[in-house]
Amino acid sequence: MRNLDKSFGGLCVTAAVSLSVEPGERRLIIGPNGAGKTTLFNLITGELSPDRGAITLFDRDITRVPSHRRFHLGIARTYQIITLFQGETLLRNVTLSLLGLSRLRWNPFVRLGRQEGLLARAHETLARVALDHLAERPLAQTSYGERRRVEIAMALAQNPRILLLDEPFAGLSIEERRDVRRLVTGIPRDVTIVMIEHDMDVALDFAERITVLHFGEVVVEGTRAEVVAHPRTKEIYLGE
Amino acid sequence: MKRVVVAAALASLATAPLWVGGTYYVNIASQILIAAIFALGINVLVGYAGLVTLGHAGLFGIAAYAGARLMNHGHGHVVVAAGALAVTLVGAAVFAALALRGEGLGFVMITVALGQIVWGVAYRWISITNGDNGISVSGRPSPLGLSLASAANFYWATFVVFLAAVASMAIFVASPFGASVRGTRDQPRRMNALGYHVWMIRFLAFLFSGFWSGVAGLLYIYYNQFVGPQVVALTASAEALLMVISGGAATLLGPIAGAMLVVIVKNVASAYIERWNFVLGAIFVAIVVFMPEGLVPGTVRRWRGAMAALRPRAAPAAPAPGGGGR
Repeated sequence: MRNLDKSFGGLCVTAAVSLSVEPGERRLIIGPNGAGKTTLFNLITGELSPDRGAITLFDRDITRVPSHRRFHLGIARTYQIITLFQGETLLRNVTLSLLGLSRLRWNPFVRLGRQEGLLARAHETLARVALDHLAERPLAQTSYGERRRVEIAMALAQNPRILLLDEPFAGLSIEERRDVRRLVTGIPRDVTIVMIEHDMDVALDFAERITVLHFGEVVVEGTRAEVVAHPRTKEIYLGE
Repeated sequence: MKRVVVAAALASLATAPLWVGGTYYVNIASQILIAAIFALGINVLVGYAGLVTLGHAGLFGIAAYAGARLMNHGHGHVVVAAGALAVTLVGAAVFAALALRGEGLGFVMITVALGQIVWGVAYRWISITNGDNGISVSGRPSPLGLSLASAANFYWATFVVFLAAVASMAIFVASPFGASVRGTRDQPRRMNALGYHVWMIRFLAFLFSGFWSGVAGLLYIYYNQFVGPQVVALTASAEALLMVISGGAATLLGPIAGAMLVVIVKNVASAYIERWNFVLGAIFVAIVVFMPEGLVPGTVRRWRGAMAALRPRAAPAAPAPGGGGR
């Protein structure tokens, strides 16, 4: 993305943000609350429109591409607050994810429950996050950690080339955090991952490059060692 | 068991003119079916898409007025049906394109405004709608050479259309598109992030809903042979919405039960009670208090609760010999 500006009235949430992520990279975005991290994700996915600037995905300018179309181009995301289908089973949640990229989603004549191929892929996806044994359980009857894994499974079901994870470890217990960490680190290298995270132990271990946002601006960017040693990082986090 | 109940219900509905007793009651049954088709159409939006509409009487009325005009121009049944439904679909597309610019209460208010515009046209554009006097038609059509003049014949024809409506709803609900519509109701933001075109899904759901509202409107003009502005009034939209909510939104049987309740109270209770609106209102209050999910799902819930209460509880396990007891 180049020179991305976004304001809500008089409040500037991103100011000339330029960020480049290489294919296969593990990028961490950190910053205090209100730094504009989630806004940046929303700009990338098109849920918000930038006031200025351009977003390029694999050499294609997607700044004017409608939000839902961007998810057909290889973007998938999770949300800070889990947004899933509470009344549906885990299987149906993942099936909806697979259906989103299929032309079948427009079909009003066939029975969804008889789409064997789709259901088999949904089971495979759930198995990938070790939840296939709960496939028929309503989501409302699962733990928070399991829901987080379902959300990641749904993102993976979209066959993404770039995966945006918005605080995937937030609110998880130690065991759940370990499970999600194992899951995220196991995602193959052909998927680029950009992650927002506040848990520095987990995040620093995961990231290859880190971008520090503060008041909507990129203030530091570099490798783990460079960012940790940078005086601006210390100033932002420790108030020195 | 479920199949037996469904088969028995279908058989009793199919044979209703033979046992319901008299032309008056056959006509009531026809009115219930027409209202049920209308309510099923609204249920697509209110129940499955989560979009509360208070303007669908406008679409119902557009079909009725268009049908009446075409019949009075001497067109046959096929032209009347196709023309009236085509006009209704255009109307539904306009309604959807405007109403979907709003969300939640904004959506409701736009549908109210659109419904009121149709009412204003029906009431004031006299050269088109004949204003307050409405439009009368000379008789019922004879599709495929079958006369619909008698109450029983009209009932059976309406019953066939009703079955088609129910079947189309059942297929829609179980389909991938039906799942997409429900998804946009529950998590529109997530649906967008899964690659769904939320606006287009809602637009198509609106057209589907408008189509069946139009079919009900067309049957209405066949049945009554008259259409006036009261058909497209806000109260007509509210009444249809109450059918859906009282019976149980997002269920197949709920709108049918709601339509039955409203039509019976309107026609039967009004014969004995002058202020029958009070009875209808009291029934709705009772439903909201005791079965907020609607009559059909509420009855199912209470039935299951009663069955669970009647089931004998498992006796506490006897301690194993030599085990525990310390």
